Amino acid sequence: MFVELNNLLNTTPDRAEQGKLTLLCDAKTDGSFLVHHFLSFYLKANCKVCFVALIQSFSHYSIVGQKLGVSLTMARERGQLVFLEGLKSAVDVVFQAQKEPHPLQFLREANAGNLKPLFEFVREALKPVDSGEARWTYPVLLVDDLSVLLSLGMGAVAVLDFIHYCRATVCWELKGNMVVLVHDSGDAEDEENDILLNGLSHQSHLILRAEGLATGFCRDVHGQLRILWRRPSQPAVHRDQSFTYQYKIQDKSVSFFAKGMSPAVL
Amino acid sequence: MLDSLLALGGLVLLRDSVEWEGRSLLKALVKKSALCGEQVHILGCEVSEEEFREGFDSDINNRLVYHDFFRDPLNWSKTEEAFPGGPLGALRAMCKRTDPVPVTIALDSLSWLLLRLPCTTLCQVLHAVSHQDSCPGDSSSVGKVSVLGLLHEELHGPGPVGALSSLAQTEVTLGGTMGQASAHILCRRPRQRPTDQTQWFSILPDFSLDLQEGPSVESQPYSDPHIPPVDPTTHLTFNLHLSKKEREARDSLILPFQFSSEKQQALLRPRPGQATSHIFYEPDAYDDLDQEDPDDDLDI
Repeated sequence: MFVELNNLLNTTPDRAEQGKLTLLCDAKTDGSFLVHHFLSFYLKANCKVCFVALIQSFSHYSIVGQKLGVSLTMARERGQLVFLEGLKSAVDVVFQAQKEPHPLQFLREANAGNLKPLFEFVREALKPVDSGEARWTYPVLLVDDLSVLLSLGMGAVAVLDFIHYCRATVCWELKGNMVVLVHDSGDAEDEENDILLNGLSHQSHLILRAEGLATGFCRDVHGQLRILWRRPSQPAVHRDQSFTYQYKIQDKSVSFFAKGMSPAVL
Repeated sequence: MLDSLLALGGLVLLRDSVEWEGRSLLKALVKKSALCGEQVHILGCEVSEEEFREGFDSDINNRLVYHDFFRDPLNWSKTEEAFPGGPLGALRAMCKRTDPVPVTIALDSLSWLLLRLPCTTLCQVLHAVSHQDSCPGDSSSVGKVSVLGLLHEELHGPGPVGALSSLAQTEVTLGGTMGQASAHILCRRPRQRPTDQTQWFSILPDFSLDLQEGPSVESQPYSDPHIPPVDPTTHLTFNLHLSKKEREARDSLILPFQFSSEKQQALLRPRPGQATSHIFYEPDAYDDLDQEDPDDDLDI
């Protein structure tokens, strides 16, 4: 969890808004620091987290999580974190006979039309348990990242359907939050990815867009972060605010500063 | 203009973008027609019923009929009986009505439908719904129908958007500068020239529409009455108009390239001595006149 980012977004683990979809997007840079931020943020907020990790292994997220002060292993043992390790499960789907539909069942079927098994996995993972007092505050779904599903052969509309159902269940029914990452290839020919990115942008309440610098690599400024609020329930004057900050990723934190105000420049 | 969008009836397209979302305007227009006593149906695919109804007072909420396709549009959850025929079935069911009350149908959103249904089917249903009042036969008993379609422009190619905009009576494209939202309205009335207009607006928290003056920078050149209009034809270096005399002189002039019958005669008449002309040729000193090898000077 990066405190500076919390300040920019005006939130803390104790008083986060509920029922929101946050879209993370990275163009010409790696936006995974945002995923690590939200993972540790929601674990610290005592939420029940379902993490669909299709990009990295559990140990990768675990090591980064340790640096940010959360233990993924312990969270998993406590039942706070449900981790779907895409890299490992993909092998299981192909080489092991399954009794019940696997979340990534579509990998096995030649023309799987939808991601219903994956949605059912998410719903099952975040289903409120009736045993005694509520242990977790609210459910959270994290996906890293959705573009992988396109690469694995799903259509953009199928992925949008999956997100639609997750929104209906997690954000609306259970009043939880969702955070998803999508790459922006910046390539006009990748129509499916554009449809996915724009479709999600229209549904999300907050868009965080990490971009590489137009001038190329720099040692002291790693990129810029554009924050776009979409608040449909507020008057036009206060909605659709957009801010841009530059950032530098450090060992255990990320520092943000106004454009052109890097300490190395001043 | 923006507040009288629904007066015309037919299909009204609201084209929005990620930066300038159009759902608040859709809600403002829905509120307006509910206040006018119209029957309002909402085909909700993108947000939950609670989120859509949020901000309306109970009086308006009572008049809205919400068809919920947000919770389980594809019948994955099997929570309840799916609407027969899906969203299009619901739309078609709205067609079959006989009461004379005007109806507004809000599609939230048209993009959701367009991504999941064939464009031609959707266009046919939209045409049937939005033109049912002009059908011959039962036109006397059915009131005016307005269909409000929210379209996220970035999601679709030019083909489907073009098809929908040719169906639409009115197109509203949202945009804005400096935090101020604007709507560009293109309106096609039957047998009239299409009109277009840009209007600045904001939506108040209770979803009433607040029309505004545009940003002062833009409107200044049009609104200042103190600067007299300049006539660009006053200081010209040439004549724009001819007097009667000048016009006659111009008309009587024969231009050198004009072909007349005298000219033709002069060209066709054979000149004396033309048939007996000769070519005189005097060879140059260095001319090669060797008939055997005409190319020996080429040094090959």
